[in-house]
Amino acid sequence: MNAATQPDISVKLAGLELKNPVMVASGTFGYGREYADLVDLNGLGAIMVKGILMEPWEGNRTPRMVEVRGGLINAIGLQNPGVEYFIKEELPFLRQYDVPVIVNVWGRTIDEYAQVCARLDSEPGVAALELNVSCPNVKHGGLAFGADPAMLAQVVKAARDVTKLPLIPKLSPQLFAIGEFAKVAEANGADAVSLTNTLPAMVIDVETRRPVLANKIGGLSGPAIHPVAVKLVRDAACAVKIPVIGMGGIENAADALEFIIAGASAVAVGTANFSEPQTALQVVDGIREYMQRHGFDSLAGLTGSLNME
Amino acid sequence: MNQEEAIIAGQCDRGGGYRELVLASPRIAATVRPGQFVHLRIPDLHGAVLRRPFSIYRAAGDNLHILYKNVGLGTTAMNRLEEGRQVSILGPLGNGFPLELNDRQPVLVAGGYGVAPLYYLAEKLREKGRLLVGGRTAQDILLIDEFTKLGWQVEVATDDGSSGRRGMVTVLLDELLDTAPAGRCVFYACGPDGMLKALAERALAHGLPAWLSLDKHMGCGGGACLACVTRIRTDDGSESWERVCKDGPVFAAREVVWE
Ligand SMILES: Cc1cc2nc3c(=O)[nH]c(=O)nc-3n(C[C@H](O)[C@H](O)[C@H](O)COP(=O)(O)OP(=O)(O)OC[C@H]3O[C@@H](n4cnc5c(N)ncnc54)[C@H](O)[C@@H]3O)c2cc1C
Ligand SMILES: Cc1cc2nc3c(=O)[nH]c(=O)nc-3n(C[C@H](O)[C@H](O)[C@H](O)COP(=O)(O)O)c2cc1C
Ligand code: FES
Repeated sequence: MNAATQPDISVKLAGLELKNPVMVASGTFGYGREYADLVDLNGLGAIMVKGILMEPWEGNRTPRMVEVRGGLINAIGLQNPGVEYFIKEELPFLRQYDVPVIVNVWGRTIDEYAQVCARLDSEPGVAALELNVSCPNVKHGGLAFGADPAMLAQVVKAARDVTKLPLIPKLSPQLFAIGEFAKVAEANGADAVSLTNTLPAMVIDVETRRPVLANKIGGLSGPAIHPVAVKLVRDAACAVKIPVIGMGGIENAADALEFIIAGASAVAVGTANFSEPQTALQVVDGIREYMQRHGFDSLAGLTGSLNME
Repeated sequence: MNQEEAIIAGQCDRGGGYRELVLASPRIAATVRPGQFVHLRIPDLHGAVLRRPFSIYRAAGDNLHILYKNVGLGTTAMNRLEEGRQVSILGPLGNGFPLELNDRQPVLVAGGYGVAPLYYLAEKLREKGRLLVGGRTAQDILLIDEFTKLGWQVEVATDDGSSGRRGMVTVLLDELLDTAPAGRCVFYACGPDGMLKALAERALAHGLPAWLSLDKHMGCGGGACLACVTRIRTDDGSESWERVCKDGPVFAAREVVWE
């Protein structure tokens, strides 16, 4: 097939122009630097960096991760060096690349979410902010904000008031009526929503009858959550007009395509980066190949093309 | 860090439940230093989402050698890796042991698979010294002949006394520390946490330098996920989590805070 018939896999989303719809998910790709030796960062749709708080944050004790059938459970607890360190030490590295950087923001209070957003608002090299209102591994903030529509509204609004950057609240798979939450995000100024974060989960060591993780519970990610996430993305995409970014257990192009067909405008690869750092780039190739095979010349035509007849 | 599609060049039993796996991996073999490790993706491990970390036991020409023990899902599946099979590895990972002895006499302290990285270290250190190695029974003690052939003095301790001294490796350590030349030692250790901690306490009490290679469960292996952290104290007394995969696995005994 010649260049003229190459399908267009670029995406315009929340004011961003992405070369392709495949991002890497927050917390699974560090600050990009960690994988720069192995992965052509310019080939990624976007990089969602590890969750950032106003101040440095220690995270949880170890063990922080345990493998389970079809996935892993993590309880990192959002360890991060704080927004000032991120701006000074990590962002300049990322600026050398031609790839949008989406900063995952976290706060213990609504004020703190707003402070981090305000601080990042005018930093060159920040393309968008993803509001993490869905982390199961911290006592304050995280899921506490995302699980209550009134709180979610307040977080999104507080962030909206202090920044012109595109805002992407990240939703939890635990929500009963995901569409309603997506609507709340939309009504309060979100430019897109991303989902899903990890599913609260636990592993017990039967010999000691204790939880394996130091934090006792953690968040399940990987192939085990993929079908759950596909259904949630479908529900969210039906509920709102703003774009949906789908994630959860993507290991190959078909996994990603399910999200897109369900209504996602873009996707993110998380856990699979650990076993195969090239996953996101392979998914890009696979999507292009699929579109050629099925005669789609733009991604927009594929998004939400689910046939429910 | 490289990602390389290595080719299995063979594997064999090495006793004590350990197997030696040889991987043709020219790019990683060319640069790997003692104490560094590789993160191996075990093929056909359905349902597993993580790689498995292994220390380098030897690197010669294009080949990497690792010693592994069957302890679970992944290591058991490794037995089935046949010659010619392709496996993806990330490496070399981690900082490795410092090779500068500063006029000190090297003493290696090993338990379990710890003999593997320490053997590669023994090959590369400019001075020969002694190896103190512990295990449950005589069967669990590996590589004695190899260390002896390199010109190292080997001392063994086993829990049941079936080889060397009865007791833990700390028995050998305490004897050594009672002798006069101990003051010129530098320790390099890899093994169970209990052994490392016992060594760290003794080395610190005697004012001797000790390098410990830590073992933590890992996710990415490359510094991105923050799963593998350990508590580290800096000289100014402040503490932080550092990544065993990237900032370690080797840390100075005085830095390590035991949880
Ligand atoms: C830096 C480093 C170097 C190592 N070098 C060697 C070596 O040279 N030879 C050797 O035999 N073993 C070594 N290990 C331990 C080896 O990684 C584990 O034995 C192996 O991961 C077990 O995998 P499994 O699937 O058989 O066990 P399972 O128990 O089925 O594994 C489940 C999960 O736990 C992890 N896990 C289990 N035990 C360990 C462990 N002790 N350390 C880290 N992760 C673990 C696995 O990686 C996997 O993610 C090393 C570990 C580290 C961190
Ligand atoms: C180790 C680890 C750390 C994570 N850290 C964050 C984080 O800091 N912020 C966040 O919003 N999501 C975080 N996540 C969730 C992922 O971004 C993603 O939403 C989730 O893992 C589902 O995708 P996956 O199944 O492809 O991994 C983390 C996930 C993992 C496995
Ligand atoms: S294993 Fe991911 S940071 Fe060390």
